[in-house]
Amino acid sequence: MESVVFIFSLIDCCALIFLSVYFIITLSDLECDYINARSCCSKLNKWVVPEVIGHAVVTVLMLISLHWFIFLLNLPIATWNIYRFIMVPSGNMGVFDPTEIHNRGQLKSHMKEAMIKLGFHLLCFFMYLYSATTGARLTDLTLSN
Amino acid sequence: MSAPAGLPPRPAGAVAAYPGGPGGSREAAAPQGAAPRCQNGPVQSQMQFPSGYGSHPPNYSAPSGHYSQVPSKAVSSHLDNQYRASYQSPYYSAPAQNVMTPPVGTNVLNTRESQQFYNSSTPPHTVGLTEGPAQGAIPSGSYVYTSAQQSYSAFGDHYNTSVSSSVASQGFPLNSDHYAMPVVSSAMYPNVSYPPAATSSMYGQAFTSQSLPAAGQFKETNTFSSQSTSVPHSLQQHVPVGYNSTLSTISSAQSFQDNLSKSLTGSVAKVNNQVNRGGIDSSQPVHSVSQNVQLTKPGFGAPASSALISSVRTPAPGLSSQPRSSPSITQSPDSALQEALDSSSTTSSASPVLNNYDALEGGGYPETRSVTNSPVPTPPAPQTSKTSKPFGYGYPALQPAYQNTSPPTPVQATNPSHHPGFQHYPQQYPGVNQLSSSLGGLSLQHSQQPEGLRPINLTQDRNILPVSSVPAPVPNLNSDLRKLNCSPDSFRCTLTNIPQTQALLNKAKLPLGLLLHPFRDLTQLPVITSSTIVRCRSCRTYINPFVSFIDQRRWKCNLCYRVNDVPEEFMYNPLTRSYGEPHKRPEVQNSTVEFIASSDYMLRPPQPAVYLFVLDVSHNAVDAGYLTIVCNSLLENLDKLPGDSRTRIGFITFDSTVQFYNLQEGLSQPQMLIVSDIDDIFLPTPDGLLVNLHESKELIKDLLNALPNMFTNTRETHSALGSALQAAFKLMSPTGGRISVFQTQLPSLGAGLLHSREDPNQRSSTKVVQHLGPATDFYKKLALDCSGQQTAVDLFLLSSQYSDLASLACMSKYSAGCIYYYPSFHHSHNPAQAEKLQKDLKRYLTRKIGFEAVMRIRCTKGLSIHTFHGNFFVRSTDLLSLANVNPDAGFAVQMSIEESLTDTSLACFQTALLYTSSKGERRIRVHTLCLPVVNSLADVYAGADVQAVVCLLANMAVDRSVSSSLPDARDALVNAVVDSLSAYMSTASNLQQSMLIAPNSLKLFPLYVLALLKQKAFRTGTSTRLDDRVYAMCQIKSQPLVHLMKMIHPNLYRIDKLIDESTIHVNDRVVPQPPLQKLSAEKLTREGAFLMDCGSNFYIWIGKNCDNNFIKDVLGYPNYASIPQRMTQLPEIDALPSERTRSFISWLRDNRPLSPVLQVIKDENPAKTDFFQHLIEDRTEAAFSYYEFLLHIQQQICK
Repeated sequence: MESVVFIFSLIDCCALIFLSVYFIITLSDLECDYINARSCCSKLNKWVVPEVIGHAVVTVLMLISLHWFIFLLNLPIATWNIYRFIMVPSGNMGVFDPTEIHNRGQLKSHMKEAMIKLGFHLLCFFMYLYSATTGARLTDLTLSN
Repeated sequence: MSAPAGLPPRPAGAVAAYPGGPGGSREAAAPQGAAPRCQNGPVQSQMQFPSGYGSHPPNYSAPSGHYSQVPSKAVSSHLDNQYRASYQSPYYSAPAQNVMTPPVGTNVLNTRESQQFYNSSTPPHTVGLTEGPAQGAIPSGSYVYTSAQQSYSAFGDHYNTSVSSSVASQGFPLNSDHYAMPVVSSAMYPNVSYPPAATSSMYGQAFTSQSLPAAGQFKETNTFSSQSTSVPHSLQQHVPVGYNSTLSTISSAQSFQDNLSKSLTGSVAKVNNQVNRGGIDSSQPVHSVSQNVQLTKPGFGAPASSALISSVRTPAPGLSSQPRSSPSITQSPDSALQEALDSSSTTSSASPVLNNYDALEGGGYPETRSVTNSPVPTPPAPQTSKTSKPFGYGYPALQPAYQNTSPPTPVQATNPSHHPGFQHYPQQYPGVNQLSSSLGGLSLQHSQQPEGLRPINLTQDRNILPVSSVPAPVPNLNSDLRKLNCSPDSFRCTLTNIPQTQALLNKAKLPLGLLLHPFRDLTQLPVITSSTIVRCRSCRTYINPFVSFIDQRRWKCNLCYRVNDVPEEFMYNPLTRSYGEPHKRPEVQNSTVEFIASSDYMLRPPQPAVYLFVLDVSHNAVDAGYLTIVCNSLLENLDKLPGDSRTRIGFITFDSTVQFYNLQEGLSQPQMLIVSDIDDIFLPTPDGLLVNLHESKELIKDLLNALPNMFTNTRETHSALGSALQAAFKLMSPTGGRISVFQTQLPSLGAGLLHSREDPNQRSSTKVVQHLGPATDFYKKLALDCSGQQTAVDLFLLSSQYSDLASLACMSKYSAGCIYYYPSFHHSHNPAQAEKLQKDLKRYLTRKIGFEAVMRIRCTKGLSIHTFHGNFFVRSTDLLSLANVNPDAGFAVQMSIEESLTDTSLACFQTALLYTSSKGERRIRVHTLCLPVVNSLADVYAGADVQAVVCLLANMAVDRSVSSSLPDARDALVNAVVDSLSAYMSTASNLQQSMLIAPNSLKLFPLYVLALLKQKAFRTGTSTRLDDRVYAMCQIKSQPLVHLMKMIHPNLYRIDKLIDESTIHVNDRVVPQPPLQKLSAEKLTREGAFLMDCGSNFYIWIGKNCDNNFIKDVLGYPNYASIPQRMTQLPEIDALPSERTRSFISWLRDNRPLSPVLQVIKDENPAKTDFFQHLIEDRTEAAFSYYEFLLHIQQQICK
């Protein structure tokens, strides 16, 4: 059971890592003028909800499986994701707004955010991996016994 | 004026001056003879005139009254042709003799001007030239060259001697009006044989301006200047024009502006004496030299003819008369350009000699030492040290070569074809640098430093407003760069001294940013057609006056410092038709230029002008009656719509359905097509909805005549604006163009419907004001779609109720459109608004327009832009996408300093606006601004441009109030004042903390911020409708600085005693100049009448006990009681007060694109609240008075 939870988290975490990398690449494309703000934002906005859900699922899963430490670790980032999604002004076209992204250093802060998330997810990835393998070993042990 | 043909050849004519002169000029005859000798090479071909001049002088002295005109005319009209004709072959082959018989009548004004410039520029140079070959004269030549003072002295010299003796004696006064020679006109002043009226002629003015600082010791000139108050204006006009060579002119003018004259006069006087002794001759050879050079031009042009690819054209001026300039000074673009080039070419002949003198003598004079802050080190002799300077002193870079070959003759002998080019560099630059550095030093030490930083005790100093409008601070550059710099009307920086590091900027607590008005109507704009537009290969910067030429073949970018090659075509100068002088090309001589772009700059063929009008015809709209005004304005201006033969036009009307109009050519009458499926809008017919204006003109006129009455009985109250806009977008997307939307209510149906969000009870709340942002992203998305298809949406909101402008404005904001708002519009109940709409429409329909535009702002490496303000869509980091650009749009950007600017002393900014003109030409308008970099906090404060700072802060505050909250934004504004003043006070340690001290440059800062806090956009406590507030915010974002400042801080004048005021002359009109009054009721008296200029409105407030004569003479009513409540025009009464008042008001109006609506307000008029709300220095129930505000700031600082 334990290992199933962690293997699922591992897969989810992989997806989130890929998403973070995708965010970083797209934002840096925008920074380098390879794409324009409109297409960049529409690309990214599409993935904001999946990201929120993906992360929320892991967090909830950890809560359910009573892994308190991992749950508390995930909580701030998940809250931030949801907060950011809810607080989008009514006139904006999503978390990433093409008319604002070049103003007030928003692009940079988005970039920074994506970097932090990437780091966080990498950390989580190894934690899940470790837990999954130790969990698997535990089941192995119980089976062999 | 009399027939030039009958006169002897020009060069000879010029020489005639010498024999005519007194002894001094006879001495000059010797150097003269030598002068041509040094110009061998190409000059050989002109040897005819040197010889002619040896023999002819006696003849010429007789008709001396004519000689100066004829040559001048001949010269410039020839030139005129030369460059207008864009290299017609006849001119290439034209021998020098051609010059003698050009069409004289072309452009008298031009001729005079150019001639004047070119002469006026020459005196200092010629000295060097003439002295060079004639060894005996060397000492005096060196005097003149080495420093600014000496060049003044050259002028002083004119006044003293050459003028009264040689020139005046030759009978010039006879037709003084036509005189081209500055020598002559200046001569007249001391003699006072010119009547004061002569001031209005351009020479008079130009010359006074030049003579003022230099000739301070002459009583005559002083009295003269006091007679004409227009001198400052002539100065301003004058300075940017002749910058190439009229070094002395400009520097003197500049110093005049800096109040330098006093500090200078001492040294001037000294040098004057020196030059007076031996300098008479120096002024004389001017003519001969300059004329020679003119003649040689065709000769130079010819060999290079194969290289001519580019030509320079000048467009017809957009405005007939430029604000502030008397017409005589306003120069046609042609002449301006011509002057620049004429004069520069003139100087070329003297150069090598000059350089030598410069090198030899430069160090000998204390005046020429380099000054603390001036970027030019001004080494006395070796120019080599300047070569590697990273900034715009490029030309000296060429000099080492010259210095090595100091004897001029070998240089010329070796490569005669490059003669003008090579000579040019050294000639111009050593003079400029030395001169300017010494000048810059003076200004720093004597005037500028104290002026910008002079501490002002705000709580005690009550009269801080200047007498007339607040001038833009002049960057502390040396005068040659200053002359080249972009006009502050187009390009302004909040800090004219750029701090070196971000840390320093943070310490100053002032925002760093640019305020741009890039598409401003300009009266003179060099337009360049060239197959290759020279740009930096790495950062794509356009070549500009601040690049440095490392040698003839390479230039160094002033933004990224990359060294680029000069393309072959660029070596040829189309204006002088000479080869090998890339630095004299108009691109390098003007900081504002326009290129005609090649197909490389097009993604598709240039689009035609396409106009689509989307009109609300619901009951509400019909009731307001705007349709009649719009249709009539359109009918009137149909032929004036900018465009060419491809211009297309279309109409859509909407209520709860959308109506299209088929105007296809061949129909007998317009055909209305109604689409009622507003949820899935489609175009009822593929063509015929957007039709060619010229082919279907009759149908269009029929429609416009019919439209106002078509919907008179409508009962439809709904408005399906969103669907109409979607339809409009579909219609426009293949071409792009302009959609003008007229809306009178809240959209209530279909896509983009909105709900009322305003709570009227909250209008005067002092707490949070909600709903400043859009309610839906529909309009934003639509705007971005439009922007992507090069379509701009302009919104005219004419509503009486809340219409959620915050949401609707998005359609214009992000598509680079513009927004007009007419609250409580009604054609008969509110005639003032109706009149305003009419005037706005007239301007709107006829003003210039640029399509499918993009604007890029580049700045020196190390600076970066982080926020943009204005109506556009930021497509990538520094690229603004502007579907349309109009001359009334202003932009602002905020910048940060990412890398320290320690390795450079100049920071440059360049905006390039690429657009398709209404005639289908792809054009690029480039503005370049150059500012010094400083490393001390005091310098940063000294260079603060308070108006720009306030405008940028207003833009930032709008963002803040939308993204955060209004109280936040207000606090931020107050904090901006508190922080910057306390930072200033902590730097100046000797100040007492108990007083509120501001540097002179920021003395108006608290006042302006208080005005902002009382502005509709940011005020709290006073009942303000949400739409009014949002509209004010939109205006702050999109207005250029000049208009925004009037909106923030209106100008108040007392106008019942205009006859006593000082006056200026504009267009033969006498315009009184009443002083600015404080915006306080304390200044209003019941006995007076006051005019308030709020930018878009003029209010005339009539006091109860106002003089009946004024009411009778100006307003046309017998007494105060009989003045009607609604009065929007001043009658034309044939009395002096009326004439003065009207000329003053029309002068104010001329200065702006939108003609403001005038309202006469009596004391008991309900409209008086409009007037009194602008008296921002007074206390209101909800806000501080100015004094209280100062105390509040002081309290905050002390905390």
